[in-house]
Amino acid sequence: MSGLTIQSEYSPDSDRIMAVSFGPQHPGAGHFRIKLWLDGDYLVRSEPDPGYVHRGEEKMGEYRNYTQNVPHLERPVILDSSNILFPYALGVDELMNNNVPPRAQYLRVIMAECNRIISHMYFLGIMGIFTGHSTMIEWGMGDRDFWIDLASRIGGARVTFAYIIPGGVRNDMPEGLAEKGLKTCDWFEKRIDEYDRIFFKNPIFVERTEGVGVLSTEDAVKLGAVGTVLRASGVKRDVRKDEPYSAYPDFDFDIPVLKSGDSWARCYVAVEEMRQSVKIIRQAFKQIPPGPVRLKLGPQPRVPAGEVYSRTEAARGEMSYHIVADGTPRPYRLKIGTPSFKNLAVLPHLLKNCHVADIPVIYWSGNYWPVEADR
Amino acid sequence: MVEAESAQKSGTFQVLVGKLNDVVQYAVGDPLRYLANWGRLYSLWPVHLETACCSVEVGAAAGSRFDFERFGTLEAFGSLRACDLIIVMGTITRKLAPRLKLIYDQMAEPRYVIAMGACAITGGLYFDSYNVLRGIDDIIPVDVFVPGCPPRAEALLQGIVLLQEKIRRAPSLSGA
Amino acid sequence: MSQVQPAPAKPEPVRAKELASRITSKFPEVKTDWMKERRLKVTATVATMKDVCLFVRDELGFDHISTVSGVDWIAKNEFEVVYFINSLSKPGLEDFVIGVAERVPRDNPVVPTLIEVWSGAEYDERETHEMFGINFQGHPNQGHLLLPEDWNDLPPLRKDYNSPGR
Repeated sequence: MSGLTIQSEYSPDSDRIMAVSFGPQHPGAGHFRIKLWLDGDYLVRSEPDPGYVHRGEEKMGEYRNYTQNVPHLERPVILDSSNILFPYALGVDELMNNNVPPRAQYLRVIMAECNRIISHMYFLGIMGIFTGHSTMIEWGMGDRDFWIDLASRIGGARVTFAYIIPGGVRNDMPEGLAEKGLKTCDWFEKRIDEYDRIFFKNPIFVERTEGVGVLSTEDAVKLGAVGTVLRASGVKRDVRKDEPYSAYPDFDFDIPVLKSGDSWARCYVAVEEMRQSVKIIRQAFKQIPPGPVRLKLGPQPRVPAGEVYSRTEAARGEMSYHIVADGTPRPYRLKIGTPSFKNLAVLPHLLKNCHVADIPVIYWSGNYWPVEADR
Repeated sequence: MVEAESAQKSGTFQVLVGKLNDVVQYAVGDPLRYLANWGRLYSLWPVHLETACCSVEVGAAAGSRFDFERFGTLEAFGSLRACDLIIVMGTITRKLAPRLKLIYDQMAEPRYVIAMGACAITGGLYFDSYNVLRGIDDIIPVDVFVPGCPPRAEALLQGIVLLQEKIRRAPSLSGA
Repeated sequence: MSQVQPAPAKPEPVRAKELASRITSKFPEVKTDWMKERRLKVTATVATMKDVCLFVRDELGFDHISTVSGVDWIAKNEFEVVYFINSLSKPGLEDFVIGVAERVPRDNPVVPTLIEVWSGAEYDERETHEMFGINFQGHPNQGHLLLPEDWNDLPPLRKDYNSPGR
């Protein structure tokens, strides 16, 4: 940054302030609205207004049984649909005391990591177009399709796989897929270095994002930030390492952490995470054990009464489920704690005292997916 | 006698005017209409209103693999007065419905609507939710329905091609 | 497709017992609901909730709020509000999540806000308010967050609200 210090001598209630809606119809906002109070080119304060995609997932969860809940629960964050089903499957497995077979655990991890890469590529592509770099969005969307192809050969559809279910996974992966997966991993590792050259070391991108929207470590912890936002502010926390679930203890990978807490760090943490995901997928394809992939639970699984709080690491952060079961085939309460909703408190904290041109950079670097926050 | 003559003359006059009308229509009106429709269908600009999860497939359709810009559909990031297509991508909730109607009203005519995804057609997977509109054709008129949950990017491309066929056959010059 | 093997035996909830005993020795009216190896859920009364939470944050080291969940126990005529907290600063507690709950009667659900304890709870409490109708006293803004502005029906996650057609 060029060393500008920005001070506003006008209180938010003076007549210089104009209230603007960065609204649901805006290419830079997505399905979300932020109310902005502007003093010319200078943003004084902001207030998020979510709820445009609130579809009532939690209430719908109470009207469907545990198996019927799988399709609609994967739609909030359709970009990494496996990662939002993972804690649901873990929670129901814990309630039912299921012993999920090891091959199913490996397949769950493979799908979860593929989805992480798919989600991060979308995130970085849109970051490109928000800063005006149209090559990044075309490369990002195009390369993401190779991973979607790999995942669709396992899951069956392009984005909504409904693959990770209580009791295991829905089906086995086809023969010969491990080879194709390893080839994709090799190709992608070289490709990420090319992104470094065109985008992350690009002086214009660096100028626009370095030092912009700095989130200090104490603020990140106090506000309850999770995921890439937390790791870009220097806190080394990741549910895959803190509370290893499924097959993650068998793999050797690292958690990338950056200390600066600005928008560039939040984007670059995603790149480093993709490198680690490729490492995990490679190990998973090489070490996958043979065996069954699914426990026969039937169309209406009988879940004994109990309460469980399960969490995993989705692409955007910690995804958690609070499931209260009362012995009937339907959940009594299904609370979904999505990482975007946990990061919502960070947005009005960062989106103040900055220029208007910094707004899309700060907003999107938080990796906020409105559909996930609204459920 | 005079009335019969004048009646005969007016009859001939009317036939002459009718024939002139046909000539103008075939020689000028039809080509003009063809030209206007040709221009419209190969430059459909969608409004950027991301609605719900189908927007991911529209993003993929706009990407480098299933490029829909080769059909002329360019994501114009400008004002919505310059757009003539609105792709309703997915579920419309009760909070977004009045905004959708407002956006549709603000678009300049001729304007077309593609309802993409099961949620925009009938409410889809969320048919029993308390906050979801069961299909958008209650509030805005829809031209093409693209089923799927979400529809593959190629299905959206087929939807755009179908809309182009519909525009090619539009009977009046205003494109309605 | 497979034979069901029994799950491995669950380990002893050592840390949960120790944390629960520390809380109940300081606040005797707090009840322990259930314990697992990495989870603990306690229920405090509405009056002592804030003190219990300050103790949990400062003495036990749980400083990172995860989520706030509300449950409608219509059969007992009560609402339950559960705060799930992680620990980011204390080593040895990285995988532990504690749930601090409180119960209020359904006809007058008033609880104190915990924004001064964990400031990330602001939006979670606002959502719990609009979904259940629980009043968080001292919250700066309890307006609608996710529901449409003209929502004039019962709060939707209550059990006596039925989705249209169900």
